[in-house]
Amino acid sequence: MSERFLVEAVNDALHVELERDPTVLVMGEDVGRLGGVFRATAGLRERFGADRCVDTPLAEAGILGTAVGLCMAGWRPVCEMQYDAFSYPALDQLINHVGRYRWRTRGKMSFPLVIRMPYGGGVRAPELHDDSPETYYVHTPGVKVAIPSTPADAKGLLAAAIRDPDPVVIFEPKLIYRTARGEVPEGEHVVPLGEARVAREGSDVTLVAYGAMVPLAERAAEALEDEASCEVLDLRSLKPLDEDSLLASVGKTGRAVVVQEAPRVCGFAAEVAAVLAEKAIFDLRGPVLRVTGYDVPYPYWQIEDAYMPSVERVRDAVRRLLSI
Amino acid sequence: MSQVLPAEGGLRRVIGDGESFPDGEVEGLGPDELLALYRNLVLLRTYDERSVVYHRQGRIGTYAIFWNHEAMQAGGVFALEERDWIFPAYRESAIGLLRGMPVSTVLSWWRGHPSGWWNPAEFNVASICVPIATQIPHAVGFAWGSALKGEDRVALTFFGDGATSEGSFHEGATFAGVMKAPVVLFCNNNHWAISTPLSAQTAAPTLADKAIGYGMPGIRVDGGDVLAVYQATREAVARARAGEGPTFIEAVTYRAAPHATADDPSIYIDLERVEVEKENECVGRFERYLLRAGVLTEARVEEIKQEALELMRTGIVEAEAEPPADPGLVFEHAYANPPPALADDLAELRRVLGE
Ligand SMILES: Cc1ncc(C[n+]2csc(CCOP(=O)(O)OP(=O)(O)O)c2C)c(N)n1
Ligand SMILES: [Mg+2]
Repeated sequence: MSERFLVEAVNDALHVELERDPTVLVMGEDVGRLGGVFRATAGLRERFGADRCVDTPLAEAGILGTAVGLCMAGWRPVCEMQYDAFSYPALDQLINHVGRYRWRTRGKMSFPLVIRMPYGGGVRAPELHDDSPETYYVHTPGVKVAIPSTPADAKGLLAAAIRDPDPVVIFEPKLIYRTARGEVPEGEHVVPLGEARVAREGSDVTLVAYGAMVPLAERAAEALEDEASCEVLDLRSLKPLDEDSLLASVGKTGRAVVVQEAPRVCGFAAEVAAVLAEKAIFDLRGPVLRVTGYDVPYPYWQIEDAYMPSVERVRDAVRRLLSI
Repeated sequence: MSQVLPAEGGLRRVIGDGESFPDGEVEGLGPDELLALYRNLVLLRTYDERSVVYHRQGRIGTYAIFWNHEAMQAGGVFALEERDWIFPAYRESAIGLLRGMPVSTVLSWWRGHPSGWWNPAEFNVASICVPIATQIPHAVGFAWGSALKGEDRVALTFFGDGATSEGSFHEGATFAGVMKAPVVLFCNNNHWAISTPLSAQTAAPTLADKAIGYGMPGIRVDGGDVLAVYQATREAVARARAGEGPTFIEAVTYRAAPHATADDPSIYIDLERVEVEKENECVGRFERYLLRAGVLTEARVEEIKQEALELMRTGIVEAEAEPPADPGLVFEHAYANPPPALADDLAELRRVLGE
């Protein structure tokens, strides 16, 4: 074990996985010489060479499209998208090919590629460095999605993604890249996809969250300590979703507030609410509430705090729910 | 229709080096124009240098430095008429200053304050496009659409060397050629896309070589030579106005500053090369040219720099005097007719905030 920041845990996972499997390579804009704009890939080029930590041309559709071809040639590419909103040029390849090619070969070929990207707001950045685009990805058949909230999970989920035969997208909460710090197992460390984590136990209400919203939910739970016992469920994987853990927690508390920073309409919180409506309706003692971003472009950073879910908004939702 | 030429070999230059390469002249540019151009260069330079200071002082956020890019920006825009439109990337964030935009507006953009988001139609300067190359098709569409309407308006779009790898560049340039759009595709080739050198960006011998594939001329010009940039852009604009279609300009320079305030180029860049480039930076080059030509005096230089500094001082004070934005703005302007849920969201937010 050693103490690491979340982004350092990502870097650790990449070192371990490139060492373990000579077919794993890292590619993306500025991942090599610079070691990534967040330093997530620092040291890889020096350790594994420029062919396994590749500075690509500035072309996201090219990155993901060639990654599909690299898979066909026997590689396991780990593609970095430099920022959330800059992944959009790659959506054509993602939706039309990454998510469909296995199906197209009737299961004969695998596309074990990984896309990882820093995502999310609250970082006082210029326009389009703040998006939470997980829904586009989760909505794509054939693609799995995971979002860590702790350093240990950042390492373990990335390792699981690299080893998974299916394409997996990892969203890394950049807001807590260098504030989330914790124990990370040395060497190989895998956190299986599809397993949620109870980040805090409680009995009155379940706060469902992922990524940077997990520490927020934990703070809200603390702020509510005198009024309500909040369980915080860190989903970790959005697809596959750990329905058992979700249903177990809500079965116990009877109440759920889902927190996500992406815009609300058709966001992942809606999926969670739908699952609860379908499978836990008789356990529920009130409506499933959502605390989310709004159906507007991510705002100018001076007022971004009004857009982002806050402790106050989560607390308010819990109070409303408990008063029903 | 003018001939489609392969990229010309050497870089076009007008400004001499004070030694073996003699100073040239650009027809039609008298002392007044030369001074106006110099003022623009100084304004941009001062904006940039002050912004880096303001960033250090915590008065603006992350900032994309454009030091040594001023000649491309000022030279390119000087070849346009006021009615022509400019489509900038983040590197040209302050381009509006050349169109009378207040300094405080641009500073506000970098301060993340809503007053930094200008009305493009007020200045004929489109919004800053942060996703690389995405402004290129916008410029092409605008030029094409203006021509369709019989309006005499040219569009000029700035983008970097890295941008030429993006699909948006390829598709925009393809449209420009096919539609014969009156557009100037102005590439600032500063040799770097953050840490990625040009050699890792393209295998093409020059970026201007790409132009021929789109059926348009490609011109290579010394991007640190404001007169050469102006002259090349003027030619491109004339072609566009004459209905001869788009031109690709590759202005070659070198990024002598970090990519942005958050970047540490010492990890990847050749710092000796940077020092050489700094010696030859574009504002000083033009200044020495004008001094040699007797158009400028040392005293005048000082005056012009002081004027620009004064504009910046006022600008930052004005930007900082902007009242804090109301959180309600989060919900405005995305729709002409917003879905009703937005009003509910705002009401709920105000209640939670205790307003
Ligand atoms: C689509 C997209 N991908 C990635 C980025 C992140 N990014 C910002 S600037 C930059 C490099 C741009 O290089 P270049 O086009 O040469 O312009 P320069 O910054 O040198 O002016 C990158 C990769 C982005 N803004 N947009
Ligand atoms: Mg560049």
